[in-house]
Amino acid sequence: MTDPVVADTRRLNSKPQDLTDAYGPPSNFLEIDVYDPQIVGVGRNRYTTYEVRMRTNLPIFKLKDSCVRRRYSDFEWLKNELERDSKIVVPPLPGKALKRQLPFRGDEGLFEEAFIEERRVGLEQFINRIAGHPLAQNERCLHMFLQEETIDRNYIPGKVRKNRYTCACSMYIYFYITLIQS
Amino acid sequence: MNFFGFGQTAEIDIVLNDAETRKKAEHNGEDGRKEKYFRFYDGETVSGKVNVTLKYPGKRLEHNGIKVEFVGQIELYYDRGNHHEFVSLVKDLARPGELTQSQTFDFEFTHVEKPYESYTGQNVKLRYFLKVTISRKLSDITKELDIVVHTLSTYPDLNSSIKMEVGIEDCLHIEFEYNKSKYHLKDVIVGKIYFLLVRIKIRHMEIDIIRRETTGTGPSVYNENDTIAKYEIMDGAPVRGESIPIRLFLASYELTPTMKDVNKKFSVRYFLNLVLIDEEDRRYFKQQEIILWRKGDIVKKSMSHQAIMAAQRFEGSSNPEKSHSQSAEDGKS
Repeated sequence: MTDPVVADTRRLNSKPQDLTDAYGPPSNFLEIDVYDPQIVGVGRNRYTTYEVRMRTNLPIFKLKDSCVRRRYSDFEWLKNELERDSKIVVPPLPGKALKRQLPFRGDEGLFEEAFIEERRVGLEQFINRIAGHPLAQNERCLHMFLQEETIDRNYIPGKVRKNRYTCACSMYIYFYITLIQS
Repeated sequence: MNFFGFGQTAEIDIVLNDAETRKKAEHNGEDGRKEKYFRFYDGETVSGKVNVTLKYPGKRLEHNGIKVEFVGQIELYYDRGNHHEFVSLVKDLARPGELTQSQTFDFEFTHVEKPYESYTGQNVKLRYFLKVTISRKLSDITKELDIVVHTLSTYPDLNSSIKMEVGIEDCLHIEFEYNKSKYHLKDVIVGKIYFLLVRIKIRHMEIDIIRRETTGTGPSVYNENDTIAKYEIMDGAPVRGESIPIRLFLASYELTPTMKDVNKKFSVRYFLNLVLIDEEDRRYFKQQEIILWRKGDIVKKSMSHQAIMAAQRFEGSSNPEKSHSQSAEDGKS
């Protein structure tokens, strides 16, 4: 009943950390590179494709190392699928650059080196932000985009893990996630 | 228009009998400015003198009665016209007549019940004040003196820790623990966060203290959330098996005790918000309510007898004089 003059601020007891956990590779490894732009096709039907290489140790992705070729409209497709099916706020893509598709430009238009590089950087930022989002990782469209050679636009949309947000064990109470646009 | 009697034919001044010894406490005004007011506890007597000074000593002041009131009221900002008085005591100081010279009146409100703590918030205000009114035909002359009331509590009998496992399946699992569920206003939150699974890239982790003020009832309930504090507890990316300690001193923040359903008009509750932020600025958070209570001050000899009685009721500890004699006796044997 006597009131302690100074509160007890000693740390709570905690389990010592396993050394393999402490010094082993982290379980959150996920890196996606968008590189090697190549111009495909001839004349007015040309377009640029980029190599999208993903390296990860997250169990939710079937392949730990995958490499596919994607063009800008594929990224647009992914953004639309996610906006429709998932509850997340999808980050913006680099611009569509419609003006660059008009004729009689002084420069190379869509195939201008500086523009391709700017777009490549934007696409890389976009895909890394998306792929790291726990809710986006649920969506089949993301897995198809990253790890299947071609995108089947007639696919059946759906979730990869149907139980991610349901409670298997009553002890678990779930976090809320919000995506803050910076 | 009555600006505390200024510009009127008389000036009113309210002076408490224990003004020399009574402690003052800081309290925020509606505009955010802090001011000091006399501090009272539940059950304490409020007594003093009312000085009425005639501005023109020769001129008489005709009036319809002079009275002093002790009022405790709740004011909702969206409904300013309606004051909900939960304490209202009146003492008549003078019957209708006239004052020929400046006069002093004594008053005493004995053992006044003050059931709630003074509170000035975002949408509601609870205040206690003395009000003197000189009633007159055309316009009354009034003067108010605000006081601050603190409600004290004892150390709770049951004060279990809060311990919970939270997460997103296969993505982030943590176990958080706070040493208590009820903290007094000068307490320390001691806790820890234990990482069971980390598959996201965390940049840092913080604890926020949030105050939720709830006003209104039924369909028109309004919650106002205020982040009182943000305290970073971890910078960098943790891995599985790491324990992050928490040590958060509450005294440095502007907190009030938890108030539930005060006079069925409003509530003030506090929450700890554990927030993890990842590399892409996504925030993962878990809110947990804590109960805050006010502990009585350490009993000092200089305190008025009444305040000592009030504090002892809640401290459970003996006064210093008693313990001195106790230890002297122990020394002898």
